[in-house]
Amino acid sequence: MKFGVVIFPGSNCDHDTHHVLKSVLGQETVFFWHQDTDLQDVDTVILPGGFAYGDYLRCGAIAKFSPILESVRQHAQEGKLVVGICNGFQILQEAGLLPGVMLRNAGLKFVCRHVWLRTENNQTPFTNACQEGQVLKIPIAHNEGNFFISKQELAELQANQQIIFRYSDAQGDVIPEANPNGSMDSIAGVVNRQGNVMGMMPHPERASEALLSSEDGRFIFNSIINRVH
Amino acid sequence: MKAKVIVRLKDGVLDPQGQTIQRSLNKMGHEVTELRQGKYFEIEINGMKDESAVRQRVEQIAADVLCNPIIETFEIEDIA
Repeated sequence: MKFGVVIFPGSNCDHDTHHVLKSVLGQETVFFWHQDTDLQDVDTVILPGGFAYGDYLRCGAIAKFSPILESVRQHAQEGKLVVGICNGFQILQEAGLLPGVMLRNAGLKFVCRHVWLRTENNQTPFTNACQEGQVLKIPIAHNEGNFFISKQELAELQANQQIIFRYSDAQGDVIPEANPNGSMDSIAGVVNRQGNVMGMMPHPERASEALLSSEDGRFIFNSIINRVH
Repeated sequence: MKAKVIVRLKDGVLDPQGQTIQRSLNKMGHEVTELRQGKYFEIEINGMKDESAVRQRVEQIAADVLCNPIIETFEIEDIA
């Protein structure tokens, strides 16, 4: 399994993601610069968290015009895997590869803490190592994570089982008090219609070592690794 | 020629920043009943003198870059 991690000017979770994939999980992992167009022969491309291009205009609005995004689009069209974490999720939304858009958090505060996620669909390349309904402890760190979409498109996401993670409490109950940012339908992670592009606001790369108080992020990376072998 | 573009949030899209500004103004005694925050751009394009050509180009820029059609609309206020 070969991973590629994209570095945009302003990415800040690129090395964390690379570290987990390469040093913790032992996978071949390379970096790409946003101006690269050759994805070499990676199986999975990851757009990491951060503030690409300072998040000027809107989060991800400038990054979507990076040369590498055309290659990422092609990669996705070929059915290969693409993952956006936090800012990477926002970039994939702006690029039209994932549905919806992130508004400012309802409480207007940057929220940086561990949250609980309920696995809503474990029949995807990104969640197949999870049990249905499994609750994962993974941190968020964002100011714009308030998932918004039209009511009609939300109904389509629900009908197609594209919502793969919802914010919940520790028992897995999806209740308003467990929603940290006002996201519609408590959405924390989605896949595209084809199921090969995934975005999530929580940071699995910050929860893949016991030292960091949770290893639940590994379920996501291991799902990807197990799927391709 | 300079084009002036306003980007607005669509009706029904939550505007937590606008709400906060509104609350602050009301604390100051201004009795504001509605406040929505938007964005304003002034754009000049090199060598373009024809108004309809500028309008066409600016519409393209606004639709592709300045606004996200899921939550926003744009309006060209003025070209002069």
